Amino acid sequence: MEFIQTLLANELVVSILLSLLPLVFIIVYALVVLYTEMKVAAHIQDRVAYMRTGWHGLLQPIADMLKLLQKEDIIPDKADKLLFRLAPIIAFVGTYAAYAVLPFSSIYIGSNINLGAFFLVAVGSLVVVGILMAGWASNNKWSLFGGVRSAAQMISYEIPTAIAIIIVVMITGSLNLQDVTKFQDGGIGNWVVFGGPLPWSQKLMLMPFTIITFFILFVSSVAEVNRTPFDLPEAESELVQGFNTEYSGMRFAMFYLSEYANLFTVSAVGVALFLGGWSSPFGTFMSGPVWGIFWFVAKAYIFVLIQIWVRWTLPRLRVDQLMYVSWKVLIPWLFVCLLSVGLILVL
Amino acid sequence: MLQPPTLPTNYTVKQGHIKTSTGKTIRTEEMIINMGPQHPSTHGVLRLEIVVDGEIIVDCIPHIGYLHRCFEKHCEHMTNYQQVIPYADRMDYCSAMTNEWAFALAAERMLKIEVPERVEYIRVIMAELQRIASHLIAVGTYGIDSGAFTPFLYTFIDREKILDLFEMTCGARLLYNYIWIGGLSHDLPPKFVEQAKDFVRYFRPRLKMLNDLLSYNEIFVKRTANVGVLPKDVAINYAVSGPQLRGSGVNWDLRRDDPYSIYHKLEWEPQVGKGEMGTVGDCWDRHIVRMHEMEQCLNIIEQALAGLPEGNVQAAIPKRIRPEKDAEIYVRTESSRGELGFYIVSDGTASPFRVKARGPAFVNLSVLPEIAKGGMIADLVLIAGSIDIVLGEVDR
Repeated sequence: MEFIQTLLANELVVSILLSLLPLVFIIVYALVVLYTEMKVAAHIQDRVAYMRTGWHGLLQPIADMLKLLQKEDIIPDKADKLLFRLAPIIAFVGTYAAYAVLPFSSIYIGSNINLGAFFLVAVGSLVVVGILMAGWASNNKWSLFGGVRSAAQMISYEIPTAIAIIIVVMITGSLNLQDVTKFQDGGIGNWVVFGGPLPWSQKLMLMPFTIITFFILFVSSVAEVNRTPFDLPEAESELVQGFNTEYSGMRFAMFYLSEYANLFTVSAVGVALFLGGWSSPFGTFMSGPVWGIFWFVAKAYIFVLIQIWVRWTLPRLRVDQLMYVSWKVLIPWLFVCLLSVGLILVL
Repeated sequence: MLQPPTLPTNYTVKQGHIKTSTGKTIRTEEMIINMGPQHPSTHGVLRLEIVVDGEIIVDCIPHIGYLHRCFEKHCEHMTNYQQVIPYADRMDYCSAMTNEWAFALAAERMLKIEVPERVEYIRVIMAELQRIASHLIAVGTYGIDSGAFTPFLYTFIDREKILDLFEMTCGARLLYNYIWIGGLSHDLPPKFVEQAKDFVRYFRPRLKMLNDLLSYNEIFVKRTANVGVLPKDVAINYAVSGPQLRGSGVNWDLRRDDPYSIYHKLEWEPQVGKGEMGTVGDCWDRHIVRMHEMEQCLNIIEQALAGLPEGNVQAAIPKRIRPEKDAEIYVRTESSRGELGFYIVSDGTASPFRVKARGPAFVNLSVLPEIAKGGMIADLVLIAGSIDIVLGEVDR
């Protein structure tokens, strides 16, 4: 960051440029993940997806984006016009703001604030507001259903996420995601999911709890992003398209983009907290500021792939079962982990 | 004149009050929603008007008729009984062979025609293959209703092989015009028996894979067990039939209890729901009855292929079909969805005076309001899917 600052003397321009970097990343990543989802889904379903646009369909995501860009902008007559227009923007802002605290590399983090993890949870709630607005403003009973279900779901799954983050903070001692990642530097044995860089006796006792916590964090992240098996808000077989029903063209593309960006965000958070972020699993081999970006993106991408895999395999949960899982299964287990990790660290 | 059930025009949604612990009252209101004719999951053009209190369904009224094609009226203007067969096809388009067979059987019994043995065996093979194909659609779309998109494609791969068999025989994949009154339109091509045996060998392990992927999946079981329970007496009172009736524990299968053709010579068992995963008569039972029935169909096909006699399939097709005046007959068969019956009244001319089709999907659908009350909207989708309706048969 510093050398760019020496190039351009103006601090404002520098900060604007640096804050646009994640946007570039999101757009490139969205095209890649669109293609991946398409192809992975197809191969799971024993078929091949697009083969004609470009070699094996590589240009298809670009075609999709162009198609969405040039669609007519339809707003239902009785819809609440201001809220209808604002909703996708707010949803995207909530997702994009989270990229400010993701530690992409040891030298690049959008904003090195001391409350990184707390900021993430707080900003994630903006997406809920966006979806609620979309559901209400569409003047469509099915959208309303989708919006309300989604609000209930995302609010209840923020709690397991927050508790899992607390567990990590207990082990690493800092909410700053950059510090958490530096704490785990030095090889795969130092990752929090395996107990962190602590003496072996403590690690062995911590490991089952951190693994469970990581798993629960992953599950509640999938619920946060509204992906199957938790995709009731956009359940295609029930609610047509849920809160998305009345959206078309670029507004739908904003929701779509924010969903995929969210996929990466929650995977990246899990990776940064538990799997060592940008640190290489081999210690010093293949590590460094530039390698850091590769490791971070690769590890997060693996979890994106797992989420795509799960989406096309499992049926979806009903609303009350979803709530049941959150409040009666995940949270009690997390409390057990919280108490145990606290006890082990104190002893 | 019968009025179709609908909400009265002065229906006001019930309002309620919830007292919160701080002493305030929250006003609640029921909502009337349309799961309209165009909906990704109502298996066709069916309009369900639901009154919901939050997510709980208070009342559900199906409105049908969006696919009515005046099939029965058309039949009165045919110049020949054989011309009704393509219309019977298009009634339940997912299960065309069984439709044709029901009508052909009705006409044959009215005219007292005896069909050769070979025709009976081929008809059984075709009907059982068609039953597997129809259940594959039911199972696949049921998976989509519950959110699992993948089983649908797996079932359609298997269905392609069946449709290949059909195309080889009569040239059509979905609507065949194959089973004629008195015989069949074409004999089996030379490669049919071998390919059918290959299919049976190929499909058995696929059934097991489908069960592992969908039926015994924990999430699927949680969604369908104890949902939409249809008790035995309610099922019998509403005259449901087919896998839905058997799913409620009633051991009634027309192939065995009102036998026709050569079913009494073959060894197979009707499958009955036992309430393994929840209560007897819930959605999971209906689903697993369909899965088990597919296996029984394979058994029947194997035995029929083994015992296929020689003969001429077109020998008994009458040149002119002219039943006696005032002859009437009702014949029922077991189609993929239940008891499919044709009631034919003749006035002595070459075209029937009245053809009434008793469609099983129509009768099975009538039980939906009864079993959907008290469930959630998510459950309603699954219940409607487990009834396995085809709107072509509901509306004719």
